Formats: sequence, structure tokens, C-alpha cells
Amino acid sequence: MSKQFQFKLVLLGESAVGKSSLVLRFVKDQFDDYRESTIGAAFLTQTVTLEDQTVVKFEIWDTAGQERYKSLAPMYYRNANCAVVLYDITSSATLEKARTWIRELQRQADPSIVIALCGNKSDLAARRQVTEEEAKKYAEEEGLMWAETSAKSGEGVSEIFTAIAKKLPLTAPPSSSRAGAGRAAGRVGGVDLNKQAAAQPGQDACNC
Amino acid sequence: MDEEYDVIVLGTGLTECILSGLLSVEGKKVLHMDRNDYYGGDSASLNLTQLYRKFRPDQEVPTELGRDRDYAVDLVPKFIIASGELTKILVHTDVTRYLEFKQIAGSFVYRDGRISKVPSTEMEAVKSPLMGLFEKRRAKKFFEFLQGWKDEDPATHHGLDLDKDNMRTVYEKFGLEPGTQDFIGHAMALYLDDDYITKPARPTYDRIVLYTSSMARYGKSPYIYPLYGLGELPQSFARLSAIYGGTYMLDKQIEKIVTDADGKFVGVTSGGETVKAKQVIGDPSYFGAGGAADGGKLRVVEDGKVVRAICILKHPIPNTDDSDSLQIIIPQNQVNRRNDIYIAMVSSTHNVCAKDVYVAIVSTIVETDNPHLEIVPGLNLLGAIHEQFVTVTPIYAPTSSGAEDNIFVTRSYDATSHFETVVEDVQDVWKRVIGSDLVLKKREVEVQE
Repeated sequence: MSKQFQFKLVLLGESAVGKSSLVLRFVKDQFDDYRESTIGAAFLTQTVTLEDQTVVKFEIWDTAGQERYKSLAPMYYRNANCAVVLYDITSSATLEKARTWIRELQRQADPSIVIALCGNKSDLAARRQVTEEEAKKYAEEEGLMWAETSAKSGEGVSEIFTAIAKKLPLTAPPSSSRAGAGRAAGRVGGVDLNKQAAAQPGQDACNC
Repeated sequence: MDEEYDVIVLGTGLTECILSGLLSVEGKKVLHMDRNDYYGGDSASLNLTQLYRKFRPDQEVPTELGRDRDYAVDLVPKFIIASGELTKILVHTDVTRYLEFKQIAGSFVYRDGRISKVPSTEMEAVKSPLMGLFEKRRAKKFFEFLQGWKDEDPATHHGLDLDKDNMRTVYEKFGLEPGTQDFIGHAMALYLDDDYITKPARPTYDRIVLYTSSMARYGKSPYIYPLYGLGELPQSFARLSAIYGGTYMLDKQIEKIVTDADGKFVGVTSGGETVKAKQVIGDPSYFGAGGAADGGKLRVVEDGKVVRAICILKHPIPNTDDSDSLQIIIPQNQVNRRNDIYIAMVSSTHNVCAKDVYVAIVSTIVETDNPHLEIVPGLNLLGAIHEQFVTVTPIYAPTSSGAEDNIFVTRSYDATSHFETVVEDVQDVWKRVIGSDLVLKKREVEVQE
């Protein structure tokens, strides 16, 4: 029987670098040229099956726009197992911004977090401002994974998520992950509100 | 910031965040701002740096308390009652997916100088050391009466009318002693004073049922608590709001609430820019609480004060079976007060502090000019206190409904030990803002596999 592991993955990066588009490509293999800022994309999951049949399920958290005015909640980083930090290869400023997010992750997230730096919009190489060498060098210095991707063409997208999956510790289930609702139910003293609510049939007015 | 919004929400306390989330889900265009650079306002949970910055700005954070990031110290001591209204909102809005909950391990009551577990069923009641043999029989009958009550079946009423007879009549019917009345009224019905005794019994009945049904849900206590502190609650509702298009801005000073010639709300000025909206909702601190009324208009009024002592302990509270989390109610009669003293304690089990540290908050409604002395009976139960931060906080309420000026002010967090009054405030503000009752719809979740 194949083993399945679940991990929380957070997306970070300047507005309009293509965070949601990258996920949409990864999860649904779609692309939308005129995608509006993220609304209603609550919760996305996608699985990657490794060569040894291990299944890695990513629970993907989008910023929901809360990064725009420096208003991401600590909850966002909490128990994240991996992060994809995006920049746009046609804009040097977005790489600068990515560096800021990486510092923030190093400060706020769990020290064992796997971070991938991702140069998106590789289909627009003609307008490139960030060289591969520059980004790669920075990633090496900081011990990050690095790749260029195109959410539009799909180039490099599934590859980077698979690479992350391979790098995650697949020896034991992530102990502190909040990934997935009701995780606490399996723990000592943990409770699952949804389960209890569903299991409450029409009772008498008083059940004391 | 030249867009116009439906609603601007000021302050990211739990009340405001629930409203913001529900309004965004409803399709309103919401701008949510806070003067602090963290979420939660008065219902935040702070790390050590934030805690010392707030209470001891001149003091370095002591290193022996452990890592800063391990701490999430609540500013208000409240627990979630398992079968209560907040639980319903959490489940209906599906924000439970961002949160993990654990039980609070114990619910205790102080009587005659001792701490005892609160009996929650007639079975526990008959074993409780709180009552003598004959009193136990009477209490058993009382609990059986509550359990058996059916509105439509007069045979279960024992000649009582919950809507007409007051609670004193009910207690007398079963011959319950004052000490028993104390723990029923205060530790189970969770009243803070004795005013309920002379009022119709129905609300007390409802509250005891809420307590016992919550107790029955998970077993150890009627309370649950979010890992990483209460501050997770506003954050999760803020995320809900953001996912439905709400815009978030922290660390924004609010310079002015702009009104037109008729006093109607126009917009909010921050950083020299004015953002317009049809309505504004905010906590009292944005509407002149504790300061001069803006433009001469008094929008909030003080309605008493609460004293709270946040105590850092290096041991569990004595005489509580080393519970990792608990509530202790000290009924007012036990210490000759008008209002109960209440202790809430959590620990590293709930990921709110370093290992072997316990964070207890002792609180009560202020009755005298010396609030620090009023909490002493609570502090005395804690054993050695490593560090304490005492605050006296005024409780503010709005002076008007907002119907005339489109300015809707929420209430401060009161002295109750749970969030039921917070939800009442949410429902009240919702009705004032939207014009109809809050109906919880199951959120259509976009879970994509």
C-alpha cells in the first residue's frame, strides 16, 4: 500500500507575479490571461505521486491578497511545511520583494520549512530583467530551491512541486502540521468541531 | 485608496473580524483597518516582545521565559463554550479549517476555602464533595427536573413555570442550600452576580442546559480553546473576509472619522487620505473611548471596568490535579462581593507558552477604588506568581444604534468567561448594519481536489 503524506504549502510574492496562476496551473492545469486578484479561492489541494508510489498531498494556502498592505496574519506561516516564493523574471523589483518574503519566512516560519524560489513568467523571456544566474546565486546562498516557471505555458510548474515533494521529510507524518481540517481530532485532547456538529441529531431540548 | 467601499471596519478584534468575514461572504466590499501592526485588537494574543512592549515598555524581555515565538498570551480571558453560538459560527463559516481546538481540562468552583470540580451531571453531583448527603439528594432531584423538562408536557413541570416563576422559587422548590445555588448559578449558569435569582427561571435553565450539553460533548469541561491562543480566532475570520475580497490594512493610524453636515458617515482619514464608504463599524477605541469625543459627539459610554491580572506561573495551579488548563469560578458570595472572580488558565498544551509555564488570568468587575485588592482572593489560589501584568480596562458601549449616522460601534470585551456575549454583539451589530437578523448559511466551500 502506498504511503500518503500531507503538507501545508504557502505562496508568497509581490502582487501580480502570478501566485494564483501558478497554483491554478498546478491544480487544474488551466490558465486565465485576465485573472482578477484572488477572490474566493479558499483552499486548494493537489497530490504528487513520487516514483516509489509515495503520495504527497499539498494543501495550498493563497495569500488572499492579505500581503498587499503587509497584513498577512501569523496564522498564514504557522506550521507551513513548504513555501513557494515567486518573482516575475521581467521585473527586478519583484525579486527584491521575494528576498523580503524569504527573510520574513526565516523569521516567522518553522526553521525546517522547505523554501522554493520561483521565477515565474518564463514565457516572457524577451523582457527578462532578472537573469537566471543572479537568482540562482541568491538561492544557493540562502539554501533555497530554485526554478523558473511559466504558469501560462505550464513550463516547469509540475516539476517544481515534484521537487519540493521529494525534498520534504517523508519519514514520519508532519507532527505539527495543521494541514487539513480536524487534524486535532487525532491528538490527545484535540477536538473536531465539524464532526461533533454533524453527529448531533435532533436532540431533546435538554440533554443534561 | 480612491475606491469606495460598502463598509469600513476599524479594529481587528474578534467582534469586528467575525462581522468583516460575514459581510464579505454576503458580497459587501469591505476595507478592514487596524492601528496596530498585529491582528486582534483587545482580543489579541501577544508574544513576549509584544506583551512587554504593551505593559512594560521600559523593560527588556527576560530571556529565562524562553523563546518569544512560543508565546501567545491572551489579553482577555475567555473560553469557547462547546455547544455555544461561537462554535456554530465557526462551523458554519468553515473557518474551523484554519484552526485546531483542544479541550480545557477542568472546570472548578471555589467554596468554603476549597477548590472543587464543578459537577455537570446528577451522577457527578452525587459524588461531589461540594454537598452533604441530604443536599445531594435534593440536587439530584433538581438536575432530574432540568433533564426531564419538556415544554409541552406539564407532568415534567413540577408545578413550575419557567417563564413566570423566578429562579429563587425553583431553588426553593427543591430546597437547595445557598452554597449549592452559588455553584449552580455561577459555575454552571455562569452568571457573574446574583441578579438572575429574582428574574424568570427560563434563561437560567437555558444556560444550565448549555453548560451540561457542552460538558457532554467532549467530557472534561464544557470549554474548548484554539491552539496558539484566542488571537487565532480573529485571524481566521480575517482570512475568511480576505478570501471573499476584503481588503486588509494593518498599522494604519486613523486620524479622523469624516461626517457630512448632517453628521452622517462619509469616510475615514488615514495617512492624510480619506477613504469613503457607506457605513463604518469599529470598536470603541476608534470612536473616542478614553479620549475626547471627536467633533463633540459622544459615541461611546463607559459601562463599568474590569480588572485583569495576567499571571505567568512556573507550576500548575495547586489543588487542581495538575490540570494543564482550567477555569475556576469564585462565586461572589464566597468572598463577600457583588461580582464573581474568575480564573482562566492555559499552558504549553495549547501552544501559548514555553514548556512548564502556565498562564493564568484572574479577573473581575471592579467594585471599589482599589481594583488590585479585589483580585487578591483569586491570586491567592495560584501559588507563587512568577510575573504579573495587571490592567484595569473600562468597558464601553455605543450611545446610539448607528441608524442615523451609519456609524456602528461594537462593545468592549466584558468580564464573562466565554464568547456568548461577543456573538450577541455580532448579531446586534449585524441587524443594525444590514437591517435583518443574521442567518448563518453554510458556506459553499471551494475545495478542489
